[in-house]
Amino acid sequence: MKLGEIVKALEADVLVGATAMEKEITCAFASDLISDILMCTKEPTLLLSGLTNPQIIRLSDMIELFGIVFVRGKKPSQEIVEMAKERDLPLITTQFTMYKTSGILFNLGLRSCKI
Amino acid sequence: MAEYWYFNEAFAEEASSYFLERPEPVIVMDFTIGERDFVNAGNASSQIKMALKRLGVDHDILRRIAIASYEAEINETAHARGGEITGNIYPEFVVIKFYDKGPGMKDIEQSMVPGFSTADEQVREMGFGAGLGLPNIKKNVDVLHIDSEEGGRTLLEFMIFFRKKS
Ligand SMILES: Nc1ncnc2c1ncn2[C@@H]1O[C@H](COP(=O)(O)OP(=O)(O)OP(=O)(O)O)[C@@H](O)[C@H]1O
Ligand SMILES: [Mg+2]
Repeated sequence: MKLGEIVKALEADVLVGATAMEKEITCAFASDLISDILMCTKEPTLLLSGLTNPQIIRLSDMIELFGIVFVRGKKPSQEIVEMAKERDLPLITTQFTMYKTSGILFNLGLRSCKI
Repeated sequence: MAEYWYFNEAFAEEASSYFLERPEPVIVMDFTIGERDFVNAGNASSQIKMALKRLGVDHDILRRIAIASYEAEINETAHARGGEITGNIYPEFVVIKFYDKGPGMKDIEQSMVPGFSTADEQVREMGFGAGLGLPNIKKNVDVLHIDSEEGGRTLLEFMIFFRKKS
């Protein structure tokens, strides 16, 4: 599924990665626990999270992330947006809850990443 | 002084002789870690990962090194008063050492139990505190050594080989 389709389905705002809408996203994982994310990511992943501190961006130095979806209207600070730009890491934000966001993407056929 | 050792059987012999002799590394990378510096935390681990990537280390091995190093770096930032990180690179493996400024662990075995955490509110709000960092380090490394006691400094070091288990 293309990132652009995900943005549309989630009625999301694109904070970083306006030129990455054609990027192919193969799977997703949702969590608010950093160790959990690190333990469960074995392949490139679209991350859904409510965390908006710098460490959520730092994670993408350690594991392969397609991008991050901030749920429930969470918006990261400008500093975090800049960190993502440096890394070419797409960031989008949706008003939907983690549960609803996951459900919408799952119904569209986006599978769960291998854990 | 309490000590904890874990060896992956596949590399146990080679690893033991390393820890007896402690030969000189080919490349040394040193970093200073600030107490509660959650903006820069993770930088040392990402620098070490990038250096090893340039040296051609396998993708899956790199991921294991990065995850173990990051978890240990965060622990040094969140549970200790900062400290030092040294990445020692050898032709066949890497040994990364995390030497912090205390206050040490009451009981290392207990700290290793999945789910055990003493993380405070500030640390939990940032998404840490699941008590999975140390178990995740153990899962990803070939050797893990922790030396710590309550009131003292903690040394955590691990070794990861660049080749896969045969
Ligand atoms: N460097 C350290 N100095 C002192 N105590 C430590 C240190 N590293 C870990 N600990 C202790 O061990 C516990 C477990 O560590 P572990 O990394 O497994 O989980 P956590 O850091 O609490 O949560 P998580 O890593 O899942 O975010 C910590 O909560 C802390 O009590
Ligand atoms: Mg930890």
